[in-house]
Amino acid sequence: MDDWKDFKRVFLTLATPGSLWMLLFFAIPMAFLFVLSFSSKAVIDGEISTTAYDYMNTFQNYVESAGHNYLVLLWRAIWTSAIATALCLALAYPLAMAVCFAAPRWRPLLLLLLILPFWINLLIRTYAMYSIFRTTGVVNQAFGLVGLGPYEMLNNTYAVIMGLVYVYLPFMVLPLYSTIEKLDRSFLEASLDLGATQAKTFWLVTWPLTLPGVITGIILVYIPCLGTFLTSDILGGPNNWNIGNAIQNQFLESNNWPLGAALSFILMYVTFIALMVRAFLAKRSTGVDA
Amino acid sequence: MSAQLKPGQGPLDYARRPWIIALFALVLLFLYAPIASLIVFSFNVDKSGVWHGFTFMNYVKAWNNEQIFYALSNSITIALISTVFSTILGGMTALTLWRFRFPFKTAYEGFVALPIVVPEICMGIALSMFFNYSGLMAAVRDWVWPFNLINIIFAHIAFSFPFVAVVVRSRLVGFNRQLEEASKDLGATEFQTFINVLIPFMMPALVAGGLLAFTLSLDDFVITLFSSGPGSVTFPVKIYGMVKRGVDMQINAASTVLILVTLSATLIAMKLQAPAKSGH
Repeated sequence: MDDWKDFKRVFLTLATPGSLWMLLFFAIPMAFLFVLSFSSKAVIDGEISTTAYDYMNTFQNYVESAGHNYLVLLWRAIWTSAIATALCLALAYPLAMAVCFAAPRWRPLLLLLLILPFWINLLIRTYAMYSIFRTTGVVNQAFGLVGLGPYEMLNNTYAVIMGLVYVYLPFMVLPLYSTIEKLDRSFLEASLDLGATQAKTFWLVTWPLTLPGVITGIILVYIPCLGTFLTSDILGGPNNWNIGNAIQNQFLESNNWPLGAALSFILMYVTFIALMVRAFLAKRSTGVDA
Repeated sequence: MSAQLKPGQGPLDYARRPWIIALFALVLLFLYAPIASLIVFSFNVDKSGVWHGFTFMNYVKAWNNEQIFYALSNSITIALISTVFSTILGGMTALTLWRFRFPFKTAYEGFVALPIVVPEICMGIALSMFFNYSGLMAAVRDWVWPFNLINIIFAHIAFSFPFVAVVVRSRLVGFNRQLEEASKDLGATEFQTFINVLIPFMMPALVAGGLLAFTLSLDDFVITLFSSGPGSVTFPVKIYGMVKRGVDMQINAASTVLILVTLSATLIAMKLQAPAKSGH
C-alpha cells in the first residue's frame, strides 16, 4: 500500500469524485434531516407556516415520537422483523446445508434457484404476492373449487411477515451458504465417528462453527425488515403499518416533516444498534470466518 | 459400508434426506409460484384469478399506455446513466481504498459504506429535503427530458456506487502489484500502466458492479418515490400507484417485461463473474 503523500495527485484524482458525491448527496442531506428533526414549523404573523421552519429550537419531535402512537409502530416493526428473520433462518439453514452437501455439479444451480428472486423488482414480487392471496386470487379460487372460502388472507400481520420472508429469504441463504461451504467436514465426521448423534453434532459442532454466517444473515434480513414500508403497505394495509409507513406518511400526507425526520433518526439509531450487536457478536464468536 | 446405505442415509448426505428435499421443493414453490402466476395471468383475458383464455391484449394495452411506456423508458434511461457514473465513481473509490494509506481511512471506509446500511426510507427523505430546499426539485421540472430526471439520477448514483466499490475492491485484493512495477520498469507511465494493466484486471468486477448498479437502479422504489417530482415518474413508482388502485393485468404484462430485462442482466453478470481467474 502506498502512502497518499507520495502520490498526492493520483490520490486526490481518485478520491475526490466519490467523496464529493457522498458529501453532496448523502452527508449534507442527512445533516439537514438531523437539523430538521430538532426544528418546528415557524409561526409567522400568528399563523403556522407550511414552508418555513424555526431551526434547532425543540425536542418536541422526539417527545412526540416516543409517544404511544409511534412506539406501537416501532415496536411492531421490531417484533414482526424478528419473527420474519427467525423464519428465514429456520428455512434457509437446512436449504443452505442441502446446497453445500449436494453433488458439486448441482450446487451452482440450486443456489441460483434460491437467490434468483432477489433480482426481481421488490414491488413486482410484493404485487405478485398480493394478487395470488387477495380474496379473488388464485389461492382463494383453489379453495373455492373444494367449496371453501374465500378467506381474507391479506391485511393482517401474518401477511406482512409472510411477505417479508418471501422478499428477504435470499439474503439469509447467501451468507449461510458461504459459511457452511467453508466448514471443514472432517469435524463433523469426527464428531459422528466418536458417537455423537446427528442432533448433538449439529448443536455442538456445525452450529457454533457457522455462527458468523448466521449473524451476518440475521443482520442482512433484520435491517431491511425494520425499515420496510412497501410490504406492510401493500400486504398489511393501514392497520398494520410500521415505522417506515409512519415516516412516509409524515412526508407525503401529513406534511409534518420535522416529526418524520425525528422518526427516521430513531429508525437509524435502532439500525445502528443492530449493527453494533452484530460487530460485538462477530468479535466473540470463533467460527469459520470472522 | 456406504454401499449398503440407501441414498439419503449417509452420515453427511444431508442433500438427499427426504425431509430436506421436501422442504427445498416447498420453498421453491413459495418463491416461484407467485411470480409464475403473475406471468401466466399477464396473458389472461380478464383480471380475475381464474383463467378465461389466452390473449396478448394486456401487452398491447401496456405498450400503448403512454404513462406506463413513459415510466418504463424513464426507468431504463435513469438506470443506464446511473450505471455509467456509479461504475466510474465506484471503481475510483475502490482504487483509493485499495491503494492508499491515508489518515482516518477506517472512518472513511465506514462513511462510504453508509448508503448500504442506512434504511432506504431515511436516505429517501433526506434527499427529498435536500432537493426541495436546494431548489433542484423545482428547477428541473421544466427541463427537457432526460434532464428532468437528474435528481433521481443523482440519488441513484449515490446509493449504487458504494456497492460497485465493494465489488471492485474485492477483486483488487487479488491483484499482484509486481505487474504494475514490471510495467513501470518497462517504461510505461503511471497513466499507461493504469490503462493497460490495472483496468483490464478490474474489468470483470467493473462489469459485474455495473450490472449490479443497473439492477439496483431499475429496482429502486423508495428513494425514487421521494426524489422524483410530479412529472418524473419511474416504472416502480407508476406500478405502485396502479397497485394502490387494484389489480390490473397491464401491470402483469409490464412487470413480465421488466422481469425479463433484469433476469437477463443478472444472468449475464453471473456468467461474466463465474470464471474467477486471478489475472490475465
